[in-house]
Amino acid sequence: MSGEMLTGNLAAAWGARLADVDYVPSFPITPQTEIVEALAEWCERGEMAARFVTMDSEHSMMTAAGAAAATGARVFTATSSQGLLYAFELLYSIAGWRVPLVLVNVSRALAAPITLEPDHNDVLAARDSGFLQIHAETCQEVLDSVLMAYRIAEDPRVMLPVLVNLDGFYLSFTREPVVLPDPGKVRAFLPPYRPQHLGFKASAPQALGVAVLGGSTYSYFRHQMHLAACNALEVHQDAAAEFERLFGRRYDLVEGYRLDGAEDVLVMSNAFATKGKAAVDAARERGRRVGLLRLRVIRPWPAAAIAQALRGRRAVAVLDQNLAPGLGGILFQEIAAALYQEPFRPTALCSFIGGLGGKNISEAEFEAIFAQTEEAGRQGRGIGPVLLYTEGEHQEMEQLLDIAASRSK
Amino acid sequence: MPWQRETFKKIKQIPKEEYVLPGTPLCAGCGGLEALRLAAKVLGENVVYVNAAGCFTMLAVYPFTALNASWLYTTMGSAPAGAQGVRDALDVLIAKGRLAKEEDLKVVVLAGDGSTYDMALSSTSGAIFRNLDFYYICYDNEAYGNTGVQLSSSTPYGARTTTSPCSVQHPAGASQEKKDIFEIWRAHRPPYIATVSPRHPLDLAEKFARAARYAGPKLFLALSACPTGWYYDPAQSPEVAKLAVESGLWPLKEAIDGRVTHTYIPKRRPVEEYLKLQGRFRHLFEPARREDAIRHIQDAVDAYWQQAVTVESH
Repeated sequence: MSGEMLTGNLAAAWGARLADVDYVPSFPITPQTEIVEALAEWCERGEMAARFVTMDSEHSMMTAAGAAAATGARVFTATSSQGLLYAFELLYSIAGWRVPLVLVNVSRALAAPITLEPDHNDVLAARDSGFLQIHAETCQEVLDSVLMAYRIAEDPRVMLPVLVNLDGFYLSFTREPVVLPDPGKVRAFLPPYRPQHLGFKASAPQALGVAVLGGSTYSYFRHQMHLAACNALEVHQDAAAEFERLFGRRYDLVEGYRLDGAEDVLVMSNAFATKGKAAVDAARERGRRVGLLRLRVIRPWPAAAIAQALRGRRAVAVLDQNLAPGLGGILFQEIAAALYQEPFRPTALCSFIGGLGGKNISEAEFEAIFAQTEEAGRQGRGIGPVLLYTEGEHQEMEQLLDIAASRSK
Repeated sequence: MPWQRETFKKIKQIPKEEYVLPGTPLCAGCGGLEALRLAAKVLGENVVYVNAAGCFTMLAVYPFTALNASWLYTTMGSAPAGAQGVRDALDVLIAKGRLAKEEDLKVVVLAGDGSTYDMALSSTSGAIFRNLDFYYICYDNEAYGNTGVQLSSSTPYGARTTTSPCSVQHPAGASQEKKDIFEIWRAHRPPYIATVSPRHPLDLAEKFARAARYAGPKLFLALSACPTGWYYDPAQSPEVAKLAVESGLWPLKEAIDGRVTHTYIPKRRPVEEYLKLQGRFRHLFEPARREDAIRHIQDAVDAYWQQAVTVESH
């Protein structure tokens, strides 16, 4: 594979650059900062025709981003973790404004305890905001997804903001070969943004984000958002086809990996899916008939594509890199709901929680997941949530607890 | 030399055009709405208001708006950041030739004191720091009004609100002093800051006209006499607003590049006359007169003017 060696962060920045955005409000947060650093430099050097501004918080940053998009500019911004949560109320507002902002989130686990490494509790907290969500596995996919995100967001059938997610550290700071799409072809894929219905101007005053009185008016607009989000399933597939035609790379709502003949299927998302795919290869060599389903578009929720990929399997294991305390894995719940109406649904649905705060998932753990899932399939009874934690990790933690206890005496 | 009005010398000079139209769901006698009505006459056409959560959010309720202007409701904490996004986008679109220059708008933040003094302090500070070219109008009724009159950091000492009730521990009501947002703004050195009162329409109009000469942040603190929150008859709003200024409690002033000028020197009627008009201060007079609290308020006003006169005479 040829291409530039780019980090996931730089791939995201290149996505914004190639999308020819007009405006980049920013705020630093690890591990996202490299994105806005690159964009600041490119804007400063005139390599991008965008205005770059450093805001006073993510809350302000997201407000400026949404307001500029509402004024008719093509806008890009990026954040992570605590920053996403600090901006949280704006996610709902901007989606309600129906403006096609693209936001990159670099996943990082949430405090407390405060940490830097990834899991998906940050991005999945935003799953009901009205932002559409695309979760990328590779640096190439990050760049390509930013371009697809603008096309989907700006489609008149959608007009909703899109969040593109990549994992902090594992992808944000990992260099991979990335093919930079030809700018001329990008313009064909993503024409210059000239919204007819949005924008504040003297000749046509408009009020946006106004109050409503009463549930029926409120419900009307919320229903509109839902229907528009559902439209994005079809619009995504249109965009995927056109993207493949122009650039030769294909991204579907979900990605199947070695699903042919797979009795049991492991469901994952984002960069850790690469580990999962390696584990599937290893398990296949040992004679296990397993495959992997990677979730890519998480909003809108591609229930039909998921059900189609999982129907008729013996057992399905969902490996959530997030934890809803007192419940378990977030995506497990949604997959269970997607499969419930399916007549040939798997006999066992298993829930595993792993990779929290960037914790590794070892080959042995993947093997244990496959073995337990197979057994659950044989028994016809799902298990979980199983919290992945190895003996070695447990011993290390014991040592830390001992140190903490002795210091406190 | 005393401050002199140059543009608005007579009341007839205030434009007759109305940009805040009748039929709003705001309270009768709202002093803030009158301040906005006067301000809008000077701002003229081609305005986009960026609104923070507060009473004035009710100025645009689907599918109606009382304003002959554009409107974007943002949040309680970030209207100045919304103004940044709108201003920057207008600039970029005009520079790139995607929007005609005639389509340009004045960007005006419209926020109450709860947003201004408390929640949006960070985003306001950021917008001034970035020298954003915008107007900021704070309609200051000294409490969280739209939620039913709770203590804000603009609430003056001695005022009763639903969350600063009179009690044995706090017989005077609010025990904190009103935050000096004017000085907080001034410390940022924006080109123009002013306090205004709708009871002084020429002073108000003149200040908006003067501010128009400056690019950058132009900040207005408008006294918003509030019959609902201050507990007086709506018909008395003009009198309450007048006494706020005449008692010296609401100084009319401006600061150009940080230099303060008082634009009206009141004869300073006793604060008691102002306090007595309002139910929020009634506990200072009934059932027993609270001389200590009234004295405290009068002393603060006296000290303010003593210092103001000293500074400006130098």
